[in-house]
Formats: sequence, C-alpha cells, structure tokens
Amino acid sequence: MGMEGIGARVARKEDKRFITGKGRYTDDMVVPGMKHAHFVRSPHAHAKIKSIDTSAAEKMPGVIGILNGNQLAEDAVGNLICGWMIHSKDGSPMNMGVWRPLAQETVRYVGDAVAIVVADTKAQARDAAEAVVVDYETLPVVTTAVEALKDGAPQLHPVAKNNLIYDWEIGDAAATDAAIASAAHVTEMKIINNRLVPNPMEPRAALGVYDAGDDHYTVWTTSQNPHVARLVMSAFYNVAPENKLRVIAPDVGGGFGSKIYIYPEEIVCLWASKRTGVPVKWNSDRTEAFLTDAHGRDHVSTIKMAFDANNKITGFKVDTIANLGAYMSLFSSSVPTYLYATLLSGQYDIPAIHANVRTVYTNTVPVDAYRGAGRPEATYLLERVMETAARELGVTPAELRQNNFIREFPHQTPVIMCYDAGDYDASLNAAMKASDYAGFPARKAEAKSRGKLRGIGMSCYIEACGIAPSAAVGSLGAGVGLWESAEVRVNAVGTIEVLTGSHSHGQGHETTFAQLVAERFGVGIDTVSIVHGDTDKVQMGMGTYGSRSGAVGMSAVVKALDKVELKAKKLAAHLMEADESDIVIENGELKVAGTDKSVPWFQMALAAYTAHNMPEGMEPGLKEGAFYDPSNFTFPAGCYICEVEVDPETGKTEVIQFVAADDFGKIINPMIVEGQVHGGLAQGIGQALLEGAHYDPETGQLLTASYMDYTMPRADDLPSFQVSTTETACPSNPLGIKGCGEAGAIGSPPALINAITDAIGNNDLTMPATPQRVWAALRSAQ
Amino acid sequence: MANVSMTVNGRAVSGQCEDRTLLVQFIRENLGLTGTHVGCDTSQCGACVVHVDGKAVKSCTMLAAQADGSEVVTIEGLSSGGELHPVQAAFREHHGLQCGFCTPGMIMSAVDMIQRHDGQLDEKTVRQELEGNICRCTGYHNIVKAVLDAASKMGEGAKVAAE
Repeated sequence: MGMEGIGARVARKEDKRFITGKGRYTDDMVVPGMKHAHFVRSPHAHAKIKSIDTSAAEKMPGVIGILNGNQLAEDAVGNLICGWMIHSKDGSPMNMGVWRPLAQETVRYVGDAVAIVVADTKAQARDAAEAVVVDYETLPVVTTAVEALKDGAPQLHPVAKNNLIYDWEIGDAAATDAAIASAAHVTEMKIINNRLVPNPMEPRAALGVYDAGDDHYTVWTTSQNPHVARLVMSAFYNVAPENKLRVIAPDVGGGFGSKIYIYPEEIVCLWASKRTGVPVKWNSDRTEAFLTDAHGRDHVSTIKMAFDANNKITGFKVDTIANLGAYMSLFSSSVPTYLYATLLSGQYDIPAIHANVRTVYTNTVPVDAYRGAGRPEATYLLERVMETAARELGVTPAELRQNNFIREFPHQTPVIMCYDAGDYDASLNAAMKASDYAGFPARKAEAKSRGKLRGIGMSCYIEACGIAPSAAVGSLGAGVGLWESAEVRVNAVGTIEVLTGSHSHGQGHETTFAQLVAERFGVGIDTVSIVHGDTDKVQMGMGTYGSRSGAVGMSAVVKALDKVELKAKKLAAHLMEADESDIVIENGELKVAGTDKSVPWFQMALAAYTAHNMPEGMEPGLKEGAFYDPSNFTFPAGCYICEVEVDPETGKTEVIQFVAADDFGKIINPMIVEGQVHGGLAQGIGQALLEGAHYDPETGQLLTASYMDYTMPRADDLPSFQVSTTETACPSNPLGIKGCGEAGAIGSPPALINAITDAIGNNDLTMPATPQRVWAALRSAQ
Repeated sequence: MANVSMTVNGRAVSGQCEDRTLLVQFIRENLGLTGTHVGCDTSQCGACVVHVDGKAVKSCTMLAAQADGSEVVTIEGLSSGGELHPVQAAFREHHGLQCGFCTPGMIMSAVDMIQRHDGQLDEKTVRQELEGNICRCTGYHNIVKAVLDAASKMGEGAKVAAE
C-alpha cells in the first residue's frame, strides 16, 4: 500500500470546500431570470378536490404562474411509477394506484401536492399559495396498515381492494410449519418496526430550466442517482426527451435512501419552467420534508422460531404487514420483499423459513428505502428473537448464536441468498473481547450499587449489498439493471479523470476512488479528479444506495483501469523497445523490470496524445470505459454489543458503551469506513431510542413534523463508539469489497433493545424505547 | 422594506430587504454567501450558525434588520490568509464531516464554544454544547474528536502567543 493507495487513512479531498463554505448544493444555484416556487399542499389526509380557485392568488404581487394537475394532464405528464414489479402469491401483479405529480381528483395524504405557484421571490410564492382556495370534500382516513386491511376501512385506490397492494410469500410454508409443530422449543414474538423519517440535513430542492432556444432542459436536483432521474423523467413522466435533458446532482447533503426517488417536485418544477418560460427553483422547508420525503420501515410482524432439543434452529416463520403509505414510491415494493425476507436466515443455518408479507396503502406519505432498507427489519426480528430465545432456553446469547452459525461457504439459504464468504465467530469474538463481555456481571453489580439497572445486548447481523446480477434482479421484478459504469481519462499531461455513475452525497468518493488510481499507477491523489453527478459528463450510471459504490462502482473503475493499464504498458514497451510483459508501473513510472529503463507516467501519456511514435495499429489517446455487472450480492456481517444503564425511577436509558465489529471485506480508506459505521450506529440508536413518526389516527395529520416533535439524535444522546473490523474478502468482485454504508443502522437497533430488555427483565418492549415505555415495561415486569 | 448595513467578514455591506427577511436569507440571497445553510425552520438544527458581534447565533432566529450595524462572521470569513482556522483543519483531519451540510454551522458553533471555555473542554461538555447542532451523517463521534483536538491546539497556540 502506498501513502495514498488502498488501505490508507487519507484525509478527504472534498473537505476543503465543505469546511470553507464553498460547497455547492442545489439551493445554492442561481441562474439568470430564476424565479421561485411554492407548492399548494393538501391539509387533509384524504379528500376529493371539488375545485381550485386561483383568481385571488394570481393577482398577488410577483406571481408569474399558478399551475395545477389539469394543466399537467394537458401536457401528458405521466404518472409516478414504482420500478419493481412484485406478484402476489396467487400470481396477480401488485395493485399500483394512480399517483399524479399534482393531484387532480383526490388527495391521499397530508402534503399531497395540488398546485405550484411561481413568483419573483420565495416569500411572494408562499403568500400567493396561501391565497389559492381549494375546496375539498373530506373522506374517511386510515393511517395504520393493520387497520387499513380490515373490512370497512376507508379505501384509497379503486385497484386495491382492502388497500392490499400485494400478498407475497417466500420459502417453504409446509416445511416451516412442520418444524414448528415438532420443535422442542418455540419462541414467539410480535414485533413492530417503527416508522422513521430519514432527515438528511439538506432538504430536497430542485431547479428546473427550460431553454426555448435549444429546446433543452436542465434540472439541478438533490438526487442520489441523477441518471435514473433522467431516465425516468424522460421514459415515464414524458417531461423531456432523454437526449435533451441534463440532470445535475451537485453537492448533495445526505440522502440515506430518501433522495433515490424521483419525486413530484422536480418533475413539476421542470415542467413549470417550460410552461411559465422562467427557470423555477423550489427548496423544501423542514416541515415540508417531514410531510413529503419518503419515510422508512413501519412493519408489524409476528414471528415463531423453532428449536430442537440441542438448541439448533429448525424453522423460522414470519408474517409481516408493511405500510407503504398513500402511493407506491419508486422502489417501495422491493423493500419489504427481496431486500427483507431474503435476509431472514441471518448468520444462521436454518433449514426451513417461510415469510408472508402483505403491503398496504394508508393515508400517510409513501414509505420506501431508508438506510438499510429491509435488512434492518429482518435483522431486528432475528436478533430480538435470538436473544429472547437464549433467555428462555437458559443459555447465553453468544452460545445460542454460535450453536447455529453458518461456517461453511458458499452457503445456500432457503430464501434465495447464497452467502459467499464470512467468519461470524471472528466478529462475535472480536466484539465480545472489545466489550469485555466477561466483565459485565461486575459492572452490573456496581451499577446496582448506584441504583441503576445495567443491561447488555448483542446483535449479529448480515446484510446483502452490491445488488446484484442485473439479470437476477430483473427476474425478480426490478425495472432497471444494477450494474455500474466508469470511464478513466488520462490527460496528455498525465493527470487523470475518473468518471463514475456512482454518486457521492457524503461518502467521500472523490477521495476513495482516487485512492484506487493512486494504488494502480503510483500517482498522487491530487492528480486524480473524480467526476460524478452530471448526466452531461457521465453517460450513464445507477447511482449510490444499498452500499453499492464500493462493491459495484469501484469494480467498474477497476475494469476501466485494467484497460488503461494494458494500453499504457503496450505503449511504454514500444517507447522503450521492451517486451510488454516486462513493464511494471511503480511510483508514477513505467519501468522495464530488472533494468534501469523507465518512462515517467506523464511522458507516456503525452506520447499517447502526440501519437508520433505509436505501436502498429494502436489508436492515439488514453481513455477507457467499462460497465461492471456484479456476479452476486456481497454479504457484510458483524457483531454489535451494547451496554446500557436504565434509571428505574424515570425509565431513562443511557447508552454506556457501543461496540461494533464488522466484516466489510477489503477496505479502501479505514477512516471513511469508520465514519460510515458511526453514522449508521447513530441512526440505528436513534431508531431504537428516540425516533418515531406518528400520524393522528383520526385526521391523518403528521404529529411529528418538525425537529421540535421528532427526536433526532443529538451529540449528548450518544456515546463515543468502539469500532473495529475483521476481514474475509468478498470473492465476487475484483477488490474483495463488501460495502459498509448501512451496517451500523442494520445491526444496532436489536443490540440496544436487547440491552434494555436485559436491564429491565422484560422482553416486551417496542421502539423507540422512550423513558415512558421503558418505565412501563419495567413496572409490568415487577 | 428595510435598509440594512452591517460588516460581514470584515467588509461593509448594505442592502434593501423586506422587513421579514431573516439574517440567513440576507446572507445567502443578498450577499450570495451560500456557505451558511438552512436545515430546518424551527431553529433546531444549527446549520445556519454565524457569529454576530463575537457570539454564535442561529441566523434563522434573527431578522436581517436586527443585525443592522453588527459585525457578522460567516464560515467564508473564518480563515484568513489562505490558512485554515484550527477548527476547520481539525474537522478535516478527524473526518468530522461527511455530506458537509451541517459543517459550517458546526464549525462556527465549535469556534464559539472553544472561545467561551478558553480551550478547556472535555467530551461531556462538547456533547452538551453541541445540543443545538444536528448532524445526520457522522454520529458526532469524529466531530467531538475534532472539537477536542482543535481546543487543545488553540489552547497551545494561545500559550505560545503569551510566552
């Protein structure tokens, strides 16, 4: 490893602009003639639109135009789509209700957009929006999935009887039922996975610019995947043809899944720019973000895990009802199915698994992928039930897990996944050592002397990242391929540009992708620029989510680097009159091995562009592209151990220690990987202890729609973390990378809840474990 | 409309804005200094923290007109002569930022915190004092490290200067 190559703890190149206030986010963009938009949104969770009267608003100062769903329909702007087809177990396709970018006849959640007001200033647009009079006829409301499924519940979409989107299953029901019937012990639980609001710190924004001179469209947007946005906006929403549409996702202030989707606002801003003839910018305020950003999780599950007399798991049965909100968001259907139930084997050898999943419409904002996306839900079920079963069976949590670990690879689970590599004992042992698990009883006793209840909890997670062969996901219903692209351009002076379809919104690609080049060619990372986030620069890409940038995006870069290296060596061999196989690249030079002959990297590059002396048949220039399609998912795994103290008087929980031992395969920059784990842990601890989105069941109003009401984790809610890694290389990609972006959020909630339930002696506790809930659970256990 | 004059990052500026214009809007929209961010509308997140007359202030809680005649420093004015401020340098060294959106407010709060405590900070104090700044990316771990490191370096710098 060089100073800046693979494995080096390099400070980030991109930081300079962020720490000096020079970051450029969508809301920072200003173009000539730019005007401002405000959306008129439904104050009702379910209502018919009887009329929209804009006459007073149109006379307000600064107003340029007010547009609604009728004009959108005139221009044949398409419905929002869900890009992953799921079939119910009876073979019928999922029931996708109509979602218009601006609601025309019916609004289905508080915040559903009805009209857009464009005005000279933001304040004028907001004032005029308040003067738009929408006459609503309110309809009955349902906000929870369980209630929405019941006969007589309010119906959201004609296509979905009883609000059921699909009734899907995976695994072998008969074998699983038989395992439960003949088990020596069965642990049963009802588990709720709380509804969360992703809350990247940068609110969503869009700036749409129609250029009538060139009949060309540009949209700056807060997107994790600008190329997918371009594809969908042209192919499905009919806003602009793909060759005339440029999508730019500049600096993006966090995403966590919520910026994957193409939302109504960016579609409408771009369309409104053409309709009004002015560039249109919209920037969400925070309450608007709470109301309209896709939420995460919101599952209710009943589970049964069966054990034989030797404490071996014999079967696992899961029944889940998932709330998908008022409409099907872009990847919503895949989250509670293929991203969830395929991980229900965890780290364990389980012979029989069956999961049934029903997804349901409710009068709430759409629910889609949020950091972890399905895998936290699966892990939470497994790791809660493992810890609970260990308590019931009278064995330690570690023993029960170790008794069931998968130790031979590849391992085919009963739920599609084939795990390629892992060492679950290694991460368990590392975490137990780092947490001084053996010393816990003494710490518990000491805490008791201070009147505190101390508890310890464990979680052994597995996840699937780098999704996955395009043909495989296509066969499971995905509407897109999940490969990645890269192009490596060596300039005539030897500096290098790497164009990638991955998108960085905090992950540090400008540094880690450059480290790959530094490793390969021995050049400094300052001579390497990473280009991303602009469809005019990078031809095509699938963006960043599901911890895929390392495993998939970097693999594409590696393939392109292979081609550059091959050509560079050929050219250098020709220049030095040596054999190509003798050329090695080290420290920025191409050398003939075993001799003192060398050509500096920049000189070789210049020779490629002067083209005065090229090998026979070689084209001038040095630029290569590659597409990489993974051959399998990757399987990061690890063990988390959490220690808490509960105040029995108040029910307040303090996280005393949090230990993470992760296996991410090969690591490019340990500093950045640790940062990803820290952030994931904070979100997982937030879910377990603090966060929860709540709708009023009668009115469908979001009660937690600001930072005054929704508890974001703050610095003094969290401890410093102890993180470490073990390594088994991933065999399915050239770098051996597994991915690290979501692990923290996946593995931490059950570790924390297991610690609290250990402290209070009651396994029945629902997230978020607020003081009130913990106090009540403690009292009911006494 | 209000006529507003103030000194921002050492430069005298003036402008006309609606009475209801917030200081953060004046900074971002009138002055084009977009390093100061807006992450919420309830004065909770702290992405908009600037220094007004030497104190850290959430610039979304104050009207531009209220800052008339004040001395304002934003993230763009923190470093001087091409040298990063020690807190900026520490955030980079310790990977105290990811997406960068909360970072300007974090850094401005941290500078103020270190000055108020004369560089004498411990982890618990830093975590409590960061109550008004929300970060969704880092889990605060490396931010706390960066602030503590910067505090100790700024303390050393002060000692050297005094000697």
